[in-house]
Amino acid sequence: MSTQPVNNLSQPTSAQFKPSRINNIRRSVMNHFVTALSILSTILVIAPLVAILVYLIYKGASSLNFAFFTQIPAPVGETGGGMANSIVGSGIILFLASLMGIPIGIAAGVYLAEFGSGKFLATAIRFTADVLNGVPSIVMGISIYSLIVLQQKHFSALAGGVALGIMMVPTITRTTEEMLATVPHSIREAALGLGVPKWRTAVSVTLRTASPGIITGCMLAFARVAGETAPLLFTAFGNQFWSFRLNEPIAALPLQIYVYAISPYDEWHRLAWAGSLVLIVMIMVAVTLVRIFANRGALKGGS
Amino acid sequence: MTTERDPVSPTPLPNVVPVAPSEDLASQPINHEPSVVRAFLNTRGSGRLADNAFATVMLICACSIFVIVLFIFSILITHSKLSIAAFGLKFFSRQAWDPVSGDFGALPFIYGTLATSFLALLIAVPLALGVAVFLTELCPKQLRAPISFLTELLAAIPSVVYGLWAVFVLVPIMRDVIGPFLHKTLGWTGFFEGANFGVGLLTASIILAIMILPIISSLTRDIMTAVPNSQREGVLALGATRWEMIRIGVLRNSRIGIVGAVLLGLGRALGETMAVTMVIGNHPEISKSLFAPGYTLASVIANEFSEATGDLYLSALIEIGLALFLVTIVVNAAARLMVWAVTRGAPARVA
Repeated sequence: MSTQPVNNLSQPTSAQFKPSRINNIRRSVMNHFVTALSILSTILVIAPLVAILVYLIYKGASSLNFAFFTQIPAPVGETGGGMANSIVGSGIILFLASLMGIPIGIAAGVYLAEFGSGKFLATAIRFTADVLNGVPSIVMGISIYSLIVLQQKHFSALAGGVALGIMMVPTITRTTEEMLATVPHSIREAALGLGVPKWRTAVSVTLRTASPGIITGCMLAFARVAGETAPLLFTAFGNQFWSFRLNEPIAALPLQIYVYAISPYDEWHRLAWAGSLVLIVMIMVAVTLVRIFANRGALKGGS
Repeated sequence: MTTERDPVSPTPLPNVVPVAPSEDLASQPINHEPSVVRAFLNTRGSGRLADNAFATVMLICACSIFVIVLFIFSILITHSKLSIAAFGLKFFSRQAWDPVSGDFGALPFIYGTLATSFLALLIAVPLALGVAVFLTELCPKQLRAPISFLTELLAAIPSVVYGLWAVFVLVPIMRDVIGPFLHKTLGWTGFFEGANFGVGLLTASIILAIMILPIISSLTRDIMTAVPNSQREGVLALGATRWEMIRIGVLRNSRIGIVGAVLLGLGRALGETMAVTMVIGNHPEISKSLFAPGYTLASVIANEFSEATGDLYLSALIEIGLALFLVTIVVNAAARLMVWAVTRGAPARVA
């Protein structure tokens, strides 16, 4: 791929020995033109982000108040009310999801990095994980609906947790594997040479060394599923009241934002903006923590 | 690197000493008593059981990924049997969508999904390439980290928040500014005709483009970074300008990977649900005008699934989900293969 001869370059000089002035000007103009285009496109990409963030902070901050964090949604027509139950509900669902997704994801990553090197099975698993990563979240939602909700005959927090947990697995697997691959072999060999069994080496030495990167992966997966709405539509379903039971419909922040955003009431729109701000701040804190962890780890610069 | 202690020899007898581990040889080659180290090791279990158990558990967890994909596939098939039996392959070429009389066809949704996704790619790909070129080749070092951080933040914003922003900011802009402008300048093409409510295929495509931009640009950036510097230096040494260097040395070397990145973005666009549902207008109709409201595969599921009454209705919706699943799997698999082909030798990077 990289070895093919470059034909285009010889054209300006092959026709006449000295490159003509016009040609030089054309090339130089082209160069500046493309540079300008690329800078322009960067600005065009950054602009919506800044617009979204500024507008969100402006709208969200003006609607945030103490009641938002302490009260449950008010009935239609009444002002006030908050999303306390949604925040707690999101927390419960995400906790359930992490409980399922993180161990499986890390274990699969350990298999790929420590036991599966060079095997066909490992390549297949890696590929499947990448493909699973691209499965639309709504499809995940209807499969979990068919599996759990149809059996139980009602929506439940558990179903929502399972759906999000499955979505976390591929991301965590791939980052865990990548981070474990950066651990130098000499560290493993040192542990094995001291007579430490292989499982102990993997758990206490390799995983430990790569832990900042693995935490990064978990946080990324967490941040990704924290904002997911589609898989929760038919699993957690949403709830206007407090709910702590795992086999009952439960409120979730993204779900509540969606319901309020498409509603016709201004008061609910206000709450939707406030909810979005809270959600974004949560996710950004996670992503920033990831940055700090990733830059501080034992493997700094190793990846 | 052998991973286990020698668990076969329970007590090292003198006549097996020559093949025993070297520690025995070194310490007490002739002594009939087992060495201190060997005696200590013998009192401990071999660890083989624990090792095998650990490996098995890891293998099971890894294989659970297969199980998940297979399980999604099988569940979608079993639950859409009714609709597959009733409509067969014609399901995907029929326009009817009438839950009351039980007549279903997915063509309007397929059209909506394809139209919005390709339009989004059309908008996003040039911009993403521009950003990637800027970040890898042109950007001053101090700016590089903040800009890539910003684009990654863009990727972290949940789709429902994009939807909210689109409903309250983008839709009015489309209705009052961009829509009339397009109608005036490009109305003769026929793509920008009819009533413009602000919601419709074009608005959905724009919000989709904003959402897939960070994915495509960060992947493309990785792929361009993987191009060896010697390529750039070689082209520059021949007297190329910077743009020629980028075109010949970088873009040409990474084109397969870039196609892969674009396909990954396409996969994301095909399956995107919430933001599109909020701005596409949700009307199952095939219309040439991009101002017209449409419907996508994902948004019809999101809107109608929980209200679907009747088994046929539900199974038709699940069949739509199955179609979406298969299409995204094919697109993603192709994309991954292409990205792998390019970045295989490159250093790993956390996504």
